[in-house]
This record gives sequence, structure tokens and C-alpha cells, in this order.
Amino acid sequence: MIITKQKPNLLKYVENYDRIFIIGCGECATVCKTGGEEQVEALSKILGDRVIGKIVIESPCNVKFLKKDLKPSLYEGAKAILALCCGIGAQTIAEFTNKEIIAGLDTLFMGEVGMKGKFYEKCRACGLCILYETGGICPISRCAKKLLNGPCGGMVDEKCEVSNYSKDCAWVLIYKRLKKLGRESELEKIREARDWSTISQPGEITLGD
Amino acid sequence: MKRIFSDFMRALNNNSFVFTSEIEPKKTVNVEGIVNIAKKLKNYVIACNITDNPRAHAYMNSIIASYIIQKEAGMETICHMTVRDRNRLALISDILGAYVLGIRNILAITGDHTTMGDNPSALPVYDLDSTQFIKMVRRMIDEGVDLAGNKINGEIKMHIGAVGNPNANPLEPEIYKVRRKIMAGAEFIQTQIVFDLDKAKRFIEEINAPPPYVLIGIFPCNSYKMADFIDKKIPGISVPAEYKEELRRAEGFKDKINEVNIEYFSEMIKELRKTTRASGVHIMTIKYEDIVCKIIENVKSIMN
Repeated sequence: MIITKQKPNLLKYVENYDRIFIIGCGECATVCKTGGEEQVEALSKILGDRVIGKIVIESPCNVKFLKKDLKPSLYEGAKAILALCCGIGAQTIAEFTNKEIIAGLDTLFMGEVGMKGKFYEKCRACGLCILYETGGICPISRCAKKLLNGPCGGMVDEKCEVSNYSKDCAWVLIYKRLKKLGRESELEKIREARDWSTISQPGEITLGD
Repeated sequence: MKRIFSDFMRALNNNSFVFTSEIEPKKTVNVEGIVNIAKKLKNYVIACNITDNPRAHAYMNSIIASYIIQKEAGMETICHMTVRDRNRLALISDILGAYVLGIRNILAITGDHTTMGDNPSALPVYDLDSTQFIKMVRRMIDEGVDLAGNKINGEIKMHIGAVGNPNANPLEPEIYKVRRKIMAGAEFIQTQIVFDLDKAKRFIEEINAPPPYVLIGIFPCNSYKMADFIDKKIPGISVPAEYKEELRRAEGFKDKINEVNIEYFSEMIKELRKTTRASGVHIMTIKYEDIVCKIIENVKSIMN
């Protein structure tokens, strides 16, 4: 899931536009309560008669859904589109509509949807998954320093210096899990310098290639 | 036959009990301060560590400061290099440059996270981690190639070391990591500051790998206030109550504070030497470098 948060000063970005069309997202931003029906409705109320229309698209990052549901007649008269979805959705909408786009959300990370409204970063899309070697815990996304041979000296009582010692040290988690699985031998191996060219931007693939 | 490229490594290799200390270049273009400290320490320690943007604070470059100290004070340096601020390209070029400037000992460091520092918006790099960095330097020295296998013109003759933390809790993952650093080719280990002899002992015992040289880090405090601050505010480090109490009683009297430190740390060093295979101690201070000389002087007099 793509985790988003509403921009803290969102209204500042839209103050110069008098004809706004709002688009929400039926998937990730709905789960994050940042771009679902409720949030689209709430913002629409705040912006009042400056809003010429609104819609929640099932998945605004998918051109197929935009083609199906985002008819030009809906947004043609808009000076700007306020996108309540992740940066991927916002860009897909921008390209599809050729309109001025205001991204209403900040895209934070790819995360697990936990209980009680908690979201946890779990993947950095680094293109070289090593979860098998690390007991199913990703050091690239969960260690603040992306270390492959941790823990570092910033670990104190199983916690990480970066969160002021409130978050778990990923390498202690990895150590504990591997131990539990009887795979301590993984901890004896040096993990070699990795190939970061796998995240050379921009990524692009074709299905079937 | 071990190849020796520095006085520091020669002393370790001769099984001498070795003393090192540490100098921190600051956010300044004046070098007199660090050169003067180096001159003061020169007759007491075999080499001095020169820190590299400690606590993620942007200070004078450690390689340049090491070069200046070696040149102006005639003191050999152990130059810190963190993997936080540069990718492998910059690390390779800095190793080449450091060697040309006469630096013969490098200490590989991960580096406190950028968010802890004085420019907390900085992008942290960590292209390599410290273990991978050590392995790369090892190959640069031993095989004359960089990380991708590209040939280096000429030989690099230097030593690479690593840090370890005897205070780590849990200790076991830290021990696994230190062993990996040794496997990667670290020739010496300098530790985080330890006040507790048993912690130092346990750390040395647990490493239990083909022994590289281990120097235990110690930190004489110049006041009760500082000891109390470290005890309460520096995560993971506890200061023994009896040492704190002695400092508290001596508070306000510089000579008495010195006496407390000389006694406490001389005893600790003596024990380390007697009961462990520690190769030496690494003495760090803040604005209290005189005590480094005093402790070493005292230890030497009681040991010989």
C-alpha cells in the first residue's frame, strides 16, 4: 500500500484557483483516510462554490480506470485538479487530463496497514530483494542506514538512534528472527556491497519482457 | 609475514601495550588548536584518532586535519572515515588521496545518522556499510583493485580498523557484526567508551575470532557533572556509582578530580592488561587532554 498524508498547508496551494475539480482514490488513499469519499467531501465543503465537481476513481494511478471513469466533460471547465492520491496517481491524472494539478497529499512510503490506524514502512522498491536471507525483515527499508551488515553503534536496548530510541532496530529484529528460525549462520556471512544501479531512475518495464 | 606500514601497527605487532587518543577537528579554519593538542599528546600516545564529522556535525575534513597534524605536530594519526557522507566513488578517491598525504591508519565508521547532526536535513549516503568499506579497502591494499575490480596504479600501504561497542544490548548481534568486520579484514578494533571492566572483558572474550588487536575506549570525566551527564543522557553507557561518587567528592578541585581519574583508570588499565588480551586503550576526553598524559605516565610508572 502507498501511504499518504494530507499536505499540512494544502489550502494555500489552492487559494489562487477558483474552478477546482477534486479527484480522490478508491484504494490506498481511501485506506489512509486521505483521499476517500469522506475526505473528498470534506474538502469540497471547505472550498465551497469554487469546486466544479468531484469524483473518487477506483485507482487513479491506472490509466485504464481514468479512461473508464474520468470523462473530459467532468473536468473540462476546471482551472486546476486537486488530486487526493499519491504522487503516482497525481502524475497519471496530470498526464491524462493535461490540466494544472495540485497534489493534495504528501506520499510517505510503501507500507503495511497495521491495526488501529498504524502504517509501517516495509519496502523501498530497491529491485534486489534479500528478504530470504534476513528472516523476512527488510534492512533497506527498516534500517535507517540501509545497512546490510548491522546493527550499527546507534542501537541501544534494541532501539534505533534515529527515532530517539522509540523504534525497533531492524538488525536486532533480524538477529532474533534468524535465531528463532535456526539460521544463525546467516549472521556469520558478510553481505557484499550491493548494486544500487537497480534503482536507477526512472524505472520502466513492459509486461512480458 | 605481516606487512607493517605504520608505527601504530608496529607497536601492536610487537605486543606493546598501546595508547591512543582522539582529536576532534571543529567547524573552523584554524588548525592551531588541534596541532597544539597533538603536540601535547605526542610523547604519550603512539597515534591519535582524528574524527570525521562526529555526531553528524559538519567539521573540518578528517583527512586534511590528519595530514596537518602529522606534518605540524609529528604525530601519527588514525584517520576516521564514515560511510555516511560519501558513496563508494568518494571513499575510493579519499583512500587514494589519504595515502598520498601520508596517512597510514584508517578507522572505518558507519557514522551517526544525519538527523542527529547539525545539518539534519542532509541526505544520508550509506552506499556501503562499514563492513563492506573495510573489505573494499582490504582489496585496495592487498590486490590493488577498487570495489569493481578496476586496477589501481601503484601500491597503497595502510592499515584499516573498525569500531565495536562493548555496551551493546543485546551484545550478541554486535559480536556477530564485529566478527564480520574482522573477517572483512579489519586489523584492529577500537571500542566505544567503557567504564565497566567486566563489559570490556566480556566483549574481548566474545569476539573470540582470529584475534585482531583490540583497544578498549575509556573516557576520563573532568567533572562530576560530566560523568552524571554521560550516565543519564548518553544512551547505552552507564557510569559506575563509585566513580561518580568519588568525582562528586572532588568536585571543584581540579587536582583532586585528576587524582580520581588517574587512580580509577590506571587500575582499570592495569586489570585490562593483566586479565585480558586487550592490546591497549583508546583514551578520549573533552577539553581534558592533560589527563591523557597523566594517566599514561602513571600507568607506565606502575607497570614497568
